[in-house]
Amino acid sequence: MTRIPLRPLARILQARASGANPDRIEQENLALRHHTMREAQRNQSQMRIFLLAAAFFSAYALIALQMGKLAATEPAEPRLAQIGPSINASRADILDRNGNVLATNLSTYALYVQTRDLVDPPNVAKKLAALFPELDEAALLRRMTDGRSFLWVRRTLSPEQKQAVHEIGDPGLLFGAREMRLYPNGQLAAHVLGGASFGHEGVDSAEVIGVAGVEKAMDARLRDPAQAGKPLVLSLDLTVQTTVEEVLQTGISMLSAKGGAAILMEVATGEIVAMAAGPTFDPNDRPANPTSGNPDDSPLFNRAVQGVYELGSTFKIFAAAQAMDLGLLNPESMVDANAPMIWGKHTIQEFEGKNYGPLLSVSDVIAKSSNVGTAHIALMIGAERQQAFLKALGLFDPSPVELIEAPSARPLRPDRWPEIMTITASYGHGISGSPMNLAAAYATLANGGRLVKPTILHRDAPYIGPQVLSEAAADASMTMLRRVVTEGTASLGEVAGYEVGGKTGTADKVKKGGGYYEDKVINTFAAVFPISDPKYVLIVTLDEPVETSGAKVKRTAGWTAVPVAAEIIRRTAPLLGLRPLVEPAEENAILPVNN
Amino acid sequence: MRPTIYVVGFLGLIGLGSWAYRENYATQDALRQVSDLQDEIALLRESLAVQRAEWAYLNRPDRLRELVTLNFDRLGLFPMEPTQFGAASDIAYPAPDALLGPPDTTFEQGQSTPDLTAPNAPEGQP
Repeated sequence: MTRIPLRPLARILQARASGANPDRIEQENLALRHHTMREAQRNQSQMRIFLLAAAFFSAYALIALQMGKLAATEPAEPRLAQIGPSINASRADILDRNGNVLATNLSTYALYVQTRDLVDPPNVAKKLAALFPELDEAALLRRMTDGRSFLWVRRTLSPEQKQAVHEIGDPGLLFGAREMRLYPNGQLAAHVLGGASFGHEGVDSAEVIGVAGVEKAMDARLRDPAQAGKPLVLSLDLTVQTTVEEVLQTGISMLSAKGGAAILMEVATGEIVAMAAGPTFDPNDRPANPTSGNPDDSPLFNRAVQGVYELGSTFKIFAAAQAMDLGLLNPESMVDANAPMIWGKHTIQEFEGKNYGPLLSVSDVIAKSSNVGTAHIALMIGAERQQAFLKALGLFDPSPVELIEAPSARPLRPDRWPEIMTITASYGHGISGSPMNLAAAYATLANGGRLVKPTILHRDAPYIGPQVLSEAAADASMTMLRRVVTEGTASLGEVAGYEVGGKTGTADKVKKGGGYYEDKVINTFAAVFPISDPKYVLIVTLDEPVETSGAKVKRTAGWTAVPVAAEIIRRTAPLLGLRPLVEPAEENAILPVNN
Repeated sequence: MRPTIYVVGFLGLIGLGSWAYRENYATQDALRQVSDLQDEIALLRESLAVQRAEWAYLNRPDRLRELVTLNFDRLGLFPMEPTQFGAASDIAYPAPDALLGPPDTTFEQGQSTPDLTAPNAPEGQP
C-alpha cells in the first residue's frame, strides 16, 4: 500500500498559485487517512465477532444435533459387542473327576393355555388327558372354563409330546421355552446330586434352582453367569460310584437291611470318590418330601451324611491312638480287661458276656473289641483330653462336606460329661455321628495324624490340615486296625493283596423315647487300605441288617457290614488303579541260630 | 483454474458419497451375517448340549452293564478283579517275523538294523 503524503508538493504548489490555504489539503488528507484506518479496524473486529459467533453456533448445533439424535432414534444394543465365546448363560454342568457328565441341561418346552384363544376346550381337555396320564380331564376342563385367562399345563415336554400337542391343533395351546436339569445316569449318585426344580417361572423362561445335595449347596456357583461355561467337577468317580452302589444295594437286600450307606474317601486329599446311600431315588423325578411316617425311611434321606447314629466300637481306635499319642501306653502295654467291670451303679460287659481278661494288650483290646479294656484306656486319658481329641477329629461338629444336608446333621452328645460318659464314649455309645464324620476321622488317622477335611469337589491342591496326633501313634493305630482283620472281629474283611485294616462297630438302635432296641442294630465297618501306605478309607454302615444263613441269626458288623465292605474293596481297588501287594512273610518263623 | 477445482471437487464428492453408501450397506450386511452366525452358533451349541446329554445317557453305567451282559458271548467281559494286574515281565516279546527276523531288543546304537540272515535266532531274554 502506497502511503499518500499529507502535503503532496504538486497540489501545494497549485494551491499556493491559486491563493488557497495549503493547510486545508493537509487536513483533508489526514482525515482521509484516519478514515481508512478506522475502516480496517472495524473490519477486523467484525471478523472476530463473526468467528466467535460461528464457534458458539457450531458448538450449540452439535449439542442440539446429538440431543435430537438421542431423542429421535430407537435404543439398540451395539450389535458387534456381543461376539464372545459364552452366550449360553445356563446352569453349569456337573462332571465327575474324569469328565463324565453327572448333570447337564436340556432345552425343553413348558405347555400353557391362553383360554381366550381356545377354540374347543372340551376336545382339548380330552386329548391332553389322553396324552398325559397324570392330568385329570374334568379338572382340566374346569380350569379352562372357570374364567381365568391363563393356566400352566406341564412344566416340561419331550419333543414327541410337543409334536403330539401341536397335532391337537388348538391355537390356545402355547409353548414356553425352558431349560431343564437332566441327570443322564438316573439313580446314580442321587444323594450327592440332590436334584433341581424351577424357581421363578415366566412364559419365556424359568430359573432352575437346586433343591438338595450339591445342587443346592453350590447353587450360587452353578448359577453364576461368569462361570456358566465352566462345569463343576466333583471328586466322584463314575465307575467306582456305580460299583459301590451296586455292591451296597446287593448287601442291603441280601441282609434284609432297612438301608445302608457307603463312603469311599481318598486319604491324602479328603476327596470322596464314591458316596452311596440306600434306598435311593431318581433325581430326574425326585419324590416329594415325606409328610407322614419317619423321615429317616424316605429314599430322600442321605444316610451317609444325615444319618446320625451311635457308631459303636469303631470309636475304640480313637482311645487307643490318643493313649499312644500321649505316651500313656504302647501297643504291647497290658491293660485291665477283666469283665464285667462295675463302675458306680453301671456294669460294663463284653459282647455276649465274654471275658477277655484279666489283662489284655492294647493291640488285642482293639482286635477283640474289648469294651472293658477300652474303658480303662479312656479312664487313663481322662474326660477333658478325650473330649478335646474327639473334637479335634471333627466328631463333635457337622461335617464340612459341600452338601446342603451336612450342616444340619449335628452329631449328638450329652452336655455333661461324667466319668461314665468317658467310658461309654470310648466305645461309641452315648455319642452319635454321621458316617461322614467317621470317614474324616479315620482318614485323619490314616493320613499320619494330619487332619483331613472331607470334600465332594475335585480340587487342584489338597488341603493340608494341622497335625492332630503324632505320626508314630497314627502308624501304630494302623497296625492295630490291620490286626482286627487278620486275627480279630473283621476276619471276613480280608481282601488278598490289599492289606485291609479296619474296625467293626455294632450299636443297638436308640429308641425314640429312650433306651435301646434288643434286636435292631446299626452295623458299621470303618476300613483303611492298604495299611502299609494308606490310600483310601471306606465306611460301610448298614441299618438293621440280619445274617440268617447260619443256624444262629447274626447281627454283628463282622458278619454284615464287613463282607459288604470287603466286596466293595475287591471290586473298586482295581478300578482305582491299586495293584495288589504281596504281603511279606512272617519273619519270626525261622531264626538264625549260632552254635 | 477455478472451474477445474470445482469440477474435481464435485466429482470427488460424488465418489466419496458413493463409497460411503457402499460401505454403509456392506457394514449392515456384515452385521446381519454376524447375527445370523450367532444364531447358528447358539443353535449348534444347543444341539451340542443335547448330544452331550444323549452321549452321557447312552453311556450310563446301567445300560453299559446290560449291553455287556447281552453280548457276553462276543465280548466276554468280566468285572475288573485284583488278579488281572500283570507285571511288565509277563509280557511276551514279539514273535520273530518271517521276513524281518527277530525284533531288535538291544537298543544300542549301531546295532539297530535287524539281522536278516538269521531268521531263527533265539528270542530275547524275558
